[in-house]
Amino acid sequence: MTLTEKDVRYVAELAHLELTDEEVKKFLPQLDSILQYMQKLNELDTTQVEPMAQVIYASKENPALRPDQPRKTFAGQDEALANAPESGAGCFKVPHVIERE
Amino acid sequence: MLLTRMDPTTLTIDQIRSALTAREISAEELTRAHLVQIERKDPEVRSYLSVCGERAVAQARKIDGLIAQGDPLPRLAGVPVAVKDVILTRGLQTTCASRILENYLAPYDATAVERLESAGAVILGKVNCDEFAMGSSTENSGFFPTHNPCDLTRVPGGSSGGSAAAVAANLATVALGSDTGGSIRQPAALCGIVGMMGTYGRVSRYGLVAFASSLDHIGPFGRSVRDVAVTLETIAGRDPKDSTSAEVPVADYVAALDQDVRGLKVGVPNEYFKGLNPEIGDNIQQGIDLLAKLGCEVVPISLPHTDYAIGCYYIICMAEASSNLARYDGVRYGFRASEPTELRAMYKKTRNQGFGAEVKRRIMLGTYVLSSGYYDAYYLKAQKVRTLIARDFVEAFDDVDVIVTPTSPIPAFKLGERFEDPLQMYLADIYTVTASLAGIPGISVPCGKTRGGPRLPVGMQILAKHYDEARLLQVAHAFEKAGGFEIA
Repeated sequence: MTLTEKDVRYVAELAHLELTDEEVKKFLPQLDSILQYMQKLNELDTTQVEPMAQVIYASKENPALRPDQPRKTFAGQDEALANAPESGAGCFKVPHVIERE
Repeated sequence: MLLTRMDPTTLTIDQIRSALTAREISAEELTRAHLVQIERKDPEVRSYLSVCGERAVAQARKIDGLIAQGDPLPRLAGVPVAVKDVILTRGLQTTCASRILENYLAPYDATAVERLESAGAVILGKVNCDEFAMGSSTENSGFFPTHNPCDLTRVPGGSSGGSAAAVAANLATVALGSDTGGSIRQPAALCGIVGMMGTYGRVSRYGLVAFASSLDHIGPFGRSVRDVAVTLETIAGRDPKDSTSAEVPVADYVAALDQDVRGLKVGVPNEYFKGLNPEIGDNIQQGIDLLAKLGCEVVPISLPHTDYAIGCYYIICMAEASSNLARYDGVRYGFRASEPTELRAMYKKTRNQGFGAEVKRRIMLGTYVLSSGYYDAYYLKAQKVRTLIARDFVEAFDDVDVIVTPTSPIPAFKLGERFEDPLQMYLADIYTVTASLAGIPGISVPCGKTRGGPRLPVGMQILAKHYDEARLLQVAHAFEKAGGFEIA
């Protein structure tokens, strides 16, 4: 096994997931077997190869930039808050933050 | 056209147009016929998550208004469409088949949806999929699985299983789905219909809930190549709201359909046939033989990095997904866990309760491969392998015009059969992830049925180089006209 329970809990923490103990035990072999499979890529020598971060095609102008002009998006603040689980005074409301030790 | 003899839910886009123009049926009657069909058949198929009857009838009445005035009809006037629930539809529930977005009402329309409605299409509702488009069977939906209309005990494929099933069961004329690693092409194959993914950037992703941003596409499903061509033409094209959408002008796909395929070179990559189930392989071979009979030259080719595509694809898509799904935290929209009284605890409980198992697996693996100490070994490595895979295609297209492969190594499997082993599920994507990694367009067309036991649809995939959608549609259409869909 490449992965340990500690690794799974660490990664879950980074990803803001609070897994139950049962979930950690269930996921561990699954995640491990997938990661093992991914090792296959090491069979390839990629020292001379450029990474491909985005599939971009040549075009005359660069279409990815536009003038920095604000456009109308939401009709108003109410629309932006419409799906909020809790809101008030024009803001999204959330539980308070406690300082970590 | 003697429409009275034809079931209105089996009509093509062109037949709808003729029938409306000839006043054989009204757009409202056509819409209601579909809504009734959904009520009758969907309890078994379970393709729809929500039906928007009011919006549909209102749009249909608008079209009927144009007909009454004798005005020219827009391209998709009255055509009933189902939209995958990862695509935003203003004012309607858009859940991504996830409990974390169970009550989310989209504040805007995706560009693809806007373009369909401007062209007169009637949105019937939102259809089921794997949660956040992660899966190959629609069994990962946070609500319920969809059933394959060809055999209700089997999966329709995924992640756009609802879209494929709706079209296959005549519950919509065409549907929109999304394809990241095969999520349009594979369900099209498993349900026996046509599904197409254009070049990356061909269709705007504005309003498509992001899964893996360098791999996601929106694309159409239909029962004929022509319907898919018309739909793609309607939704494709530059959108200033999607910075990755291509500047390249949209070709006339419909004009391309009837062009002769004689002399075209069809590449057959040996890697896609190694160890292939003969139930599938035989049909694809017959499909290739048919193309040869039509005058195509069949050329054996090699795509040497094929074996590495699954590993490469899953590292990249999981990494991108872990980033894209960070936004679901219970703050601005969606589900929020009510018990926690502290912010970070709220994030963690919300996400753990709101997301299903497959989504959690992918977020965790994505986080892992991007984390300090592992980034180079996994993510950077995968990006380099991606270059090699893309290069395989560039080189192949120097020698051939299109490439033909099976779409899926297996036909529709039974619900629950592959659910327990995630890696097994991933390995079945082997023929479709390569095109996504390379950014090239691909289409799946029906290629007969299996003969060993139950008769299940087999799909044949055709690939072309960047922006050569017209070529794909040309070959697919010739194949359809020559009887390819019923080849076995």
